[in-house]
Amino acid sequence: MRGEPAPDFALPSADGQRIALRDLRGSPVILAFYPADWSPVCGDQMSLYNEVLPEFERYGARLLGISVDGMWCHRAFTENRKLHFPLLADFEPKGDVARRYGVYRERDGTTERALFVIDADGFIRWRYVSPIDVNPGADGILEALEALNAEVSK
Amino acid sequence: MSKHAHVAQLTVAVSDRDHTIGPADAPVTLVEYGDYECPYCGRAFPIVQEVRRRLGDRLRFVFRNFPLTQIHEHAEHAAEVAEAAAAQGKFWPMHDWLYRHQFALDDDALLEGAGELELDVASVRRALADGTYRARVRDDFMSGIKSGVNGTPTFYINDVRHDAGYDTATLLAAIEQAELAL
Repeated sequence: MRGEPAPDFALPSADGQRIALRDLRGSPVILAFYPADWSPVCGDQMSLYNEVLPEFERYGARLLGISVDGMWCHRAFTENRKLHFPLLADFEPKGDVARRYGVYRERDGTTERALFVIDADGFIRWRYVSPIDVNPGADGILEALEALNAEVSK
Repeated sequence: MSKHAHVAQLTVAVSDRDHTIGPADAPVTLVEYGDYECPYCGRAFPIVQEVRRRLGDRLRFVFRNFPLTQIHEHAEHAAEVAEAAAAQGKFWPMHDWLYRHQFALDDDALLEGAGELELDVASVRRALADGTYRARVRDDFMSGIKSGVNGTPTFYINDVRHDAGYDTATLLAAIEQAELAL
C-alpha cells in the first residue's frame, strides 16, 4: 500500500526561493503539475486550489503547483491571481522534474495536468493524470488526504 | 495507489435546502455552481434562461454558490445577499438582478438592489455585517468541491458533470440526451 518513493527535486518558486521536496517531510505534499500559467478561464485550476487551500491545510498538507513556466511568469501569475501557495518553475532543464514523475508531454513541451499526493514519509500515495483540457478539480486530492488521515489516526 | 477515473458526480443531492425553479418531478435537473462576479457565469445566465424557456416543465434548474473570493472581491457578499433575499422569499429575483448588475457589485450596490427588489434592506445589511449566510455559502462551495466543480460555471445534468460547452445548442443537446437516457 506504500507506493513508490517520490523523486526528490529542488526548484525555484515565484519569489526566487528554492523549495526542496525533502524539506517538506513530515507533512503530506500535493504536487499539481499543470500545462501553463494564464489559462483563459475564471476559476482555472490554480485559482480553484487557492480557494480550497484552507481545506488542504486542515490535513496539514502543503500544495506545490509546477509548470515549465519561468520564475518571472510565475511571479506575475501569482500576483494576478493572489495565490497563497508556491508555484515552482520546472524551467531549467526544462521539464526535468515532470519527466522524473513521468508526466512530461514531449510533443507540447509542457507537462500533463497531473496530481500527486505524497505522504509525510515521501511516498507517492495517489496520482491522477487528467485529460489535458479538463481541470481535475480538488475532490480526488481531498479524498486521498482523507484516506491518509484515516490511516495515520488508526 | 488509487486512481481516480470516474466521471464527476454531484455528491450532495438536490434537496429542500436548494434554490430550485421548475417542477420537482421534471425529468431533467440542471445544477449550476456559479459565482455572481464571474464573467463566464454572466454569459451563461441568458443561456440558462433560454434553455429553461425552451424546455419548460421538462427542466428543473438549481443554483448553488461557488464564489471565487480571491479573484472576485465582491463574489462572497453577492452570494450572501442572494441568500438573504432567499430568506425573504426572493432568491430568484435577486439572482437575476445580480447577473444583470455584474458591472457594480460592491456593498452599496448590493443594498441598492435589495431596495429595488423591495426587501427589508436593514436586515440584509445586518446579515452581511454579521456574516449570517457565510456558512451556508461555504457549504455550497464545499459540496461543489466534493463533486468535482472545476471552475465557474460548472453544470451537472441529472447529477453528472457536464464537461462540454455551455452555449445554448450544446447545453440543450446534452439535456435532451439525458432525458432520452431515462
